[in-house]
Amino acid sequence: MDCSHVFEFKFNKLIVVFALFSAFLFTKVNAFAQVDTAKVVHDSVVVAEPHAAAAAHGEEKFEPTKVIMEHIADSHMWHLWGHTSLPLPVILYTPNGLELFSSAHFHHGEEDYKGAHHTYRLVEDKVKIVGADGKIDEAISASVIDFSITKNVAAMFVAIFVILSIFISVANAYKKTVGKAPKGLQSLVEPIIIFVRDDIAKPNIGHKYAKFMPYLLTTFFFIWINNLLGLVPIFPGGANVTGNIALTFVMALGTLIIVNINGNKYYWKHIFMPDVPWWLYPIMIPVELIGIISKPFALMIRLFANITAGHIIVLSLISLIFIFETLAIAPVSVAFVLFMDVLELLVAFLQAFIFTLLTALFIGMAVEEHH
Amino acid sequence: MELVTPSIGLVFWTALAFICLLILLRKFAWKPILGAIHEREQFIDDALNKAELAKQEMARLTSQNEDLMKQARAERDEILKEAKILKDSIVNEAKTSAQTEGAKLIEKARVEIENQKKVALAELKGQVSTLSLEIAERVLRSQLDDKAKQQDLVNSLLKDVELN
Repeated sequence: MDCSHVFEFKFNKLIVVFALFSAFLFTKVNAFAQVDTAKVVHDSVVVAEPHAAAAAHGEEKFEPTKVIMEHIADSHMWHLWGHTSLPLPVILYTPNGLELFSSAHFHHGEEDYKGAHHTYRLVEDKVKIVGADGKIDEAISASVIDFSITKNVAAMFVAIFVILSIFISVANAYKKTVGKAPKGLQSLVEPIIIFVRDDIAKPNIGHKYAKFMPYLLTTFFFIWINNLLGLVPIFPGGANVTGNIALTFVMALGTLIIVNINGNKYYWKHIFMPDVPWWLYPIMIPVELIGIISKPFALMIRLFANITAGHIIVLSLISLIFIFETLAIAPVSVAFVLFMDVLELLVAFLQAFIFTLLTALFIGMAVEEHH
Repeated sequence: MELVTPSIGLVFWTALAFICLLILLRKFAWKPILGAIHEREQFIDDALNKAELAKQEMARLTSQNEDLMKQARAERDEILKEAKILKDSIVNEAKTSAQTEGAKLIEKARVEIENQKKVALAELKGQVSTLSLEIAERVLRSQLDDKAKQQDLVNSLLKDVELN
């Protein structure tokens, strides 16, 4: 398949931005290195000083890695501000039956909760079962499946609510103003929908694009809105939803399924009987089979890595203020964070776009007719 | 490592939520929106095509009108020319007919005059003869007052008769 049109596509301007982005990434890597060295220096200083000094301050030592990782990872509570968190429901599928209770019972992991079947304790934001001896019973804990409405799930629900309210109201507007020019939210959304249709679906899939439009549009807006909400620092945004491997896994799995369900005989022939000498089949067929998996796998990793990296960079820049323990660094941090946020706005769109574009491309390769 | 290990719970909720979202949006959003956009595009295309057709029709009509005008003008000229010729011929005809008529009238008048003249002459002749008879009678009467003269005359008349 001729994929050159993918690259011709309005990328000229984007290339400049990409160049800037990569240039900036380099400086960021350096900044990261500095953060690390700063941390090391800081740590060594702390180590050199008597512990009593730190204790005298009455403050716990700031650990940027821990803070950032806590943010990046999922949680059973939604941190609002200070020591206030929104408790979220915990749903556990234990060998003895279902458990449903509020995460408020854990009191930020300080207390155990005695449920109907077991006693539970929150360890590093993971629900574990406490045995009779007061210690964690790893064997039973491993058999528990956690279906909790975590921070990411809740944030995803918020995003879904936002998406549904936007598009259903827009759809109603279309029903009301039949054959008229779009206005308001309609005129904001319509160009994007037409962009997905005319610049993503049509050139990559061809005349059969209409069947895949709902999936492509849903994917595009789901990823984009989640990306954008992830950039909002306050409740109900700020969760690292699209930067979670579970979500990107599901999205990539969707692509894998939709591509292979719609694959025609040419697609399967290309995999099992490629146009190579027969003695190359032992190599080619495994390679093609891996190719089926590796394409969505790349989608999964790309989205996850991009969004997570964005969150890590922003948080690292903010952490600089606490690492240097001075307000003097704040303007620098804020300036860089501002720049990063603007860049992340682009990345949020770009990742949704690339995910959808590649999905469309894979679908196009699977449904293409060879004559 | 925990970062890149998808948790089952989140996978479950994401899959469920995404499928629900897909179904809901497909039914309540994408279908009406894409349908409306498609319809509108169709409508605009149709309108543009129609406008193009109307333009062509207009051009056609304009050229047709021009042709008609030209034709009409030519026809008018033709008619005018014909009328002129007709007028000329009528005038000429009238002239000739007037002339002939005049000539005829003159001829008639002449014939009439001739006739009248003949009649008048005949009448005149009659009157002259009557008058001359009367004169002759008076003359004769006067002359025949004596018998001799009467005899002479009778004799002379008889002589004439014999001669005849």
